[in-house]
Amino acid sequence: MTSSSAGGPPADPGPSTGAGAGRVRTDAAGAVADAHRREWAFVLAATARVAGDLDLAEECVQDAYVSALEAWSQQGVPRNPGAWLTTTARRRAIDLLRRDTTLRRKLPLLVEPDEPAPRGRQEPAEEGSGVIPDDRLRLVFTCCHPALAREAQVALTLRLVCGLSTAEIAQAFLVPEPTMAARVTRAKKKISAARIAYRVPGPAELPDRLDAVLTVVHLLYTTGHTAPGGGSLVRDDLVDRAIQLARMLRLLMPDEPEVRGLLALLLLTDARRATRCAPDGRLLLLEEQDRTQWDRPAIGEGTALVREALRGGRPGRFALQAAIAALHAQAPSYADTDWRQILLLYDLLGRAWTSPVVTLNRAVALAMADGPEAGLAEIGELEQDGRLASYRYLPAAKADLLRRLGRLGEAAQAYRAALELTANEAERSFLSHRLAEVTATERGG
Amino acid sequence: MAEYLILICEDENAYATATPDVLGQVMEAHNRFAKQVEETGGKIVSGRALQPTSTATSIRGDVVTDGPFAETKEALGGYYLVEARDLDHALEIGKLCPARFGGVEVRPIMVFDSM
Repeated sequence: MTSSSAGGPPADPGPSTGAGAGRVRTDAAGAVADAHRREWAFVLAATARVAGDLDLAEECVQDAYVSALEAWSQQGVPRNPGAWLTTTARRRAIDLLRRDTTLRRKLPLLVEPDEPAPRGRQEPAEEGSGVIPDDRLRLVFTCCHPALAREAQVALTLRLVCGLSTAEIAQAFLVPEPTMAARVTRAKKKISAARIAYRVPGPAELPDRLDAVLTVVHLLYTTGHTAPGGGSLVRDDLVDRAIQLARMLRLLMPDEPEVRGLLALLLLTDARRATRCAPDGRLLLLEEQDRTQWDRPAIGEGTALVREALRGGRPGRFALQAAIAALHAQAPSYADTDWRQILLLYDLLGRAWTSPVVTLNRAVALAMADGPEAGLAEIGELEQDGRLASYRYLPAAKADLLRRLGRLGEAAQAYRAALELTANEAERSFLSHRLAEVTATERGG
Repeated sequence: MAEYLILICEDENAYATATPDVLGQVMEAHNRFAKQVEETGGKIVSGRALQPTSTATSIRGDVVTDGPFAETKEALGGYYLVEARDLDHALEIGKLCPARFGGVEVRPIMVFDSM
C-alpha cells in the first residue's frame, strides 16, 4: 500500500516564510492532537492485527504519532490522518517483526479470521484497495473480556481504546501510578498467555459480552460524574471519554438497543452537568438545579435515542435508566415530575436488573409519589438486607426523607453515617451543611 | 490449538458422605463430559482424579508435613488437560466439566520457546 492510496495526496503546503512555517507546525501539532483523540482506537486496533502483540502495537502507534508531527509540519496534514497513521504504524510493526526474532517468538495475539470473503474477491481487502478494516470492536471486546477483572477492563479500555497514558489513568482513579502500571501489564500478559482471542463475540455470546463493555463505559462515566475523591465533583475528562466511547459503540453497533440506551443515558445525565454545582462549588440537588440551563440539544438527542431503544422487544437496563433520565429531563420542575411513570419504569428496571441500588432509587421515587413514609419503609428493608452497608447514598437518601418528615434527630444521625462513607469534597460539604441545618433547627425548635 | 489445565476444586466432605447413587451420577457426568468436549471441537489430552487431601504430603525445603499446602474448603480433587482454540473455547469446556460440589479453575499451559 502506498502512502498516497492510504492517506490521500498531501494537503497544500503552507507558505514557506518564517511565520508561515511556524503556523504550519502549530497546525500539524493540532492535527496530531486531534488525530490522537479521534483516531487512536482505529489506528491501534488495525496495527494490533499486524503486530500480533498489544505492546508492540502500542509502541508502533506511539512512533507513528511522533513521526506524524514531523511529516505533517513539512508536507501538510494528509486528507485521511487515521489512514496515514495506521499505514505508518503497521509498516513499523512489520519492519520490527522482520528484524527482531525475539519479537516474532512472542506468543502472537490470537486473531480470529474474518468472515470468508465473498467469491471473486480472494485477496485480503487491505492489499491494494487501500481499505483498512475497522478492528475497533475487536479491541473493545478484548479489553472488556470477562476473564479480566473489572478494574483491569476499565484500565485497558482507557489505555488501549482511548490512548490515555498510565499516569493519566492512575490519576483518574486516584491510584498510585506503579499500581496502575502493574494492573495494565498483568492484564496484557493474561490476554496473550491465556489466549484471549482478538475478535468480536458471536451472536450467542454477544448479549453478555456487550453488557460487560457497556458496564465499563458506564463505570467510566459514573467515576467522572462524581469523582471518588478530591475537590471537584465532576472529572470532565472521564465524562467526555465515556461519552466519546458510547458514541463510538453506537457508530459500530447501530442496531443494538442497549448501546442506544447507554448513549442516551449518558447524554441525558450529562445535560445537567453545568447545573450540578453552584458558582461557589456547592452541590445542587436535582430539585435545586436551574432547569433552563440544561443542555437542550443533548436532551433532544438523548430522548430520541431512548425512543429508538424502547421500540420492540424487552428493554434492557440501560434503555430503562435512560427512559427515567428522559422523564426527569422533560419535567418542568422536581415536584411536577411524572413520578408514577418513573415508579413504573423502576419496576421494569428491577425485573431487568436485580440490584439493591435500583431498589434504593425506586424508594426515592416512591417517596415523591406517595410521601416520605412510604420511601422510608423501603429504605428500612434495604438496611436489613445489608448489601448497601457501605453505599453512601443509602444513609443520604434516608437522611433527606427523615428531614422532610421533621424527624431531625434521626436525620442528623443518618447524615453523620453518610459523611463517614463519603470522600468527595463537594458531597461532603453538602452533607455537612445539611447536618448543621437539621442540628440547629432541632436545637432551636 | 492451545493447552489448558482444568483444575477441579470441590468439597471433599461432600464426596465422603455421598450416596452410591450420587457417586454413580458423578461418574456418568464425567463419561458424558469426554463426549461433550469432542462435540465442541476440543480434545481431552489426559485427566485424572486425585485421592483426597488427607493422603497428601507437603514438602517445603527439607521439611515434610502431613497434609496439603493450604487447608481450604474446596480442594484440588482432579484435573483435565485439554486442547482448545482459545480462552473462550477453554472456558466453554470448563463450564461443561462436572464439579457439583465446587467449581473449576482454567489455566493456560505455559509454552516455552523451542530454542
